[in-house]
Amino acid sequence: MAKNLLEMKHITKIFPGVKALDDVNFVVEQGEIHALVGENGAGKSTLMNVLSGIYPYGTYEGDIVYDGEVQKFTNIRDSEKKGIVIIHQELALIPEMTIAENMFLGVERGQKFNIDWDETYALASKYLKQVGLKDSPHTMIKDIGTGKQQLVEIAKALAKNAKLLILDEPTSSLNEDDSKALLDLLLSFKKQGLTSIIISHKISEISYCADTITILRDGATIESLTKGKDDITDDRIIQGMVGRKMTDRFPKRPADRRIGDVALEVRGWTTHHPVYTEKKVVDNVSFNVRKGEVVGIAGLMGAGRTELMMSVFGHSYGANTTGELYINGQKCVLNTPLEAIQHKLAYVTEDRKGNGLILSNPISVNTTLANLSDVSNKFGVIDIDKEVNVAKEYVKKLKTKCPGVMQNVGNLSGGNQQKVLLAKWMFANPDILILDEPTRGIDVGAKYEIYCIINDLVSEGKSVIMVSSELPEVLGMSDRIYIMNEGHMVGEVKASEATQESIMGTILHTKSY
Amino acid sequence: MKLKTELSKYVMVIATVLVILFFTIATGGKLLFAQNINNLIAQNAYVFVLATGMLLCILTGGNIDLSVGSIVCLVGAIGATMMVQNNVPMGISIVVMLLSGLLIGVWQGFLIAYIKVPPFICTLAGMLTWRGLSNVVLQGLTISPMPDKFLNMFNSYVGDIIPATANVNETATVVGIVICLFIILYKLKARADRTKKGYENPALRDEVITDVILIAVIMFFMIKLSLYKGIPVILIWVAVIVAIYGYITSKTTIGRHLYAVGGNQKATRLSGIDTKKVFFFAYANVAFLSGVTAMIVMARLNSANPTAGTNYEMDAIGSCFIGGASAYGGSGSVGGVMIGAILMGVLNLGMSIMGVDANWQKVVKGGVLLAAVVFDVVSKKKQD
Repeated sequence: MAKNLLEMKHITKIFPGVKALDDVNFVVEQGEIHALVGENGAGKSTLMNVLSGIYPYGTYEGDIVYDGEVQKFTNIRDSEKKGIVIIHQELALIPEMTIAENMFLGVERGQKFNIDWDETYALASKYLKQVGLKDSPHTMIKDIGTGKQQLVEIAKALAKNAKLLILDEPTSSLNEDDSKALLDLLLSFKKQGLTSIIISHKISEISYCADTITILRDGATIESLTKGKDDITDDRIIQGMVGRKMTDRFPKRPADRRIGDVALEVRGWTTHHPVYTEKKVVDNVSFNVRKGEVVGIAGLMGAGRTELMMSVFGHSYGANTTGELYINGQKCVLNTPLEAIQHKLAYVTEDRKGNGLILSNPISVNTTLANLSDVSNKFGVIDIDKEVNVAKEYVKKLKTKCPGVMQNVGNLSGGNQQKVLLAKWMFANPDILILDEPTRGIDVGAKYEIYCIINDLVSEGKSVIMVSSELPEVLGMSDRIYIMNEGHMVGEVKASEATQESIMGTILHTKSY
Repeated sequence: MKLKTELSKYVMVIATVLVILFFTIATGGKLLFAQNINNLIAQNAYVFVLATGMLLCILTGGNIDLSVGSIVCLVGAIGATMMVQNNVPMGISIVVMLLSGLLIGVWQGFLIAYIKVPPFICTLAGMLTWRGLSNVVLQGLTISPMPDKFLNMFNSYVGDIIPATANVNETATVVGIVICLFIILYKLKARADRTKKGYENPALRDEVITDVILIAVIMFFMIKLSLYKGIPVILIWVAVIVAIYGYITSKTTIGRHLYAVGGNQKATRLSGIDTKKVFFFAYANVAFLSGVTAMIVMARLNSANPTAGTNYEMDAIGSCFIGGASAYGGSGSVGGVMIGAILMGVLNLGMSIMGVDANWQKVVKGGVLLAAVVFDVVSKKKQD
């Protein structure tokens, strides 16, 4: 039996109010490829951040034993010195620099005040050859595709003398051929003795290359499966990832609610990445929502759900967007968020701090921002008293906890910020609300209240599209569920007929496009 | 705790009061001579107007306009050439001056909002271009004097209602009383309206305290003006402009959009607001106000010369930041900027009366500006 390169023992990491990791044990043998799987929020990234020193020693409980010694990393440089290199899902390359400059960023060759460019480029060539990349190290990063960029990241890791390579969803932005090439590369490195940890959502990839699989769920290790020893099946992995109990966390929908005609229908919707315009982020997607209906959109992070919804909401995301959009059966073209709002659409963002609220402004100002015309006269003079009253009404209606409506939104808790954001869009008086991760990062009590608000909305005959990465929430709240993966709509089921396992199975079994 | 947050809102007001007290003592009371108060207004009128325009740009996200000083010079050059050298009627000249300011603003606003040229670069280019063009128009020479009719529009004083008392201009005092009565009536009406509509009123005690202070300041000021030559016409111009923009920023949707863009541009865009239009408005407007300022400056200098308006952009930007506008945009008020401009003006005047060397005056002003911004940044950080 090979010796263990890494043992993480009893790791517990607590963020204010949340236990992200709860007594996690994680063992990686020398020379293996170890897959780490789990739902969004299961704690995979947190665990890797603890390992790489992003969360320094002392901010977590437990021990990291690496190479036979207990390690006390205080930053990412400490762990890199020991040969632990992490490649994040979002590539950390600078587009305006050459491949070689990127590879040695922070570890420049030569002296501090005299960089040895000859050595830099010679070394870069050497490592690029190892990863099978034929481009010149003088090429700009912006001129190569994401597949090659991923290889540059690996070459960069090799240049740091990596002994333990951690890849966070390395194939999420690659096509099938590039993904296969990358996995083969990892297998060939394995033969040379390199140990890797791969975080992935794709079962086919995991069974192709992994020797051991560790499943995390809700911040705890569920089990570790070893190839050849345990019986590794897809069902077992899926069961491990989602197998939590459904409890009574969702309010009952009133019985008198009626599902009516189709309110919004989208057909053949395609949009491209705003910067890398050749890349399709959403590909030929169709869906609809009826009056009085809650439609859930399930999928993993990066499935293109947010991008789809934002591009539907007045083309606020993406380039070269095509497709047809019907509201109450009428074909509409919504080119700006304003036009979308005028057609009674609302998009409640997942990123309430970045895209939703003005943190430095009071609750009252945030509440009316999307519908200022209702609190102002035809000359654009705002009735501040009326505005304050509107804000107070919504604070009462949504049970927002705050000292007063003049309080800056930045000083509220996440759950209350979310309520202000909802209030803002409810005040815009929409018929169709798109709620993107409406309960992300808020506590259970506030979640329940938001579910109640959703129920009230559909009781009034409004339509709700709920994008959520939490499967229990999607199942508990939706009437109908669409499943998205990698920019495609890969399934549609009635909520009453769906289970967490069946949805996760649909996501994981769709092939890479 | 509550007192502390209340106090932090008025930090600049308190600082200004302290600075005024300091100079009053240091100059043996000369600072508060009626004539010096009058000078404070006349010398700083251009700052008040430019800073108001600059504030709107800063609100959009800490963006500044470097070209205002050069626009002042160019518009002045155009106006003087028309009125003095070509005898074009004053009315037409004024319209042309205002239009040329607006035209420059439309051009720069278009580049910044729709072509997405960074404001710093665009207005730096403007600073060079308009300065250069004004020299071309003036052929490097100074044009003076201005027609009397034009000077009277800005430099004169409101007439005395009781000419018999030669040393006292009672108009100012009367106007002060009228303004104070108006404030009281307006506040009472607002309270009554709120009660009628079932809205909540702010605490009476708080309102009374702020109003009493406000009325005291206005009356002190007006009585001082009575003791000199009365209300300078320039004060009316400044007051009207400041009142209009104070209203726009605090009470209208346009104002709300400016703050929203600076607070969170993405959220504002997703709320259905045309953020490009907001930028366009801010930059078109500041150039328009620079055109207005050009007239004030021409009248004060009684000339148009190739170096007029030099460094005015710095005075305007400095007043905004000292007056509590955030260097990241999204917060700041016209009232605050006025306080900032007054603080700068008092520093200038006080140090001049004391005979402080002009170079040291710059050092002091630089220090005050830096301190104000450091204060803003640090207090923001604490909030996070």
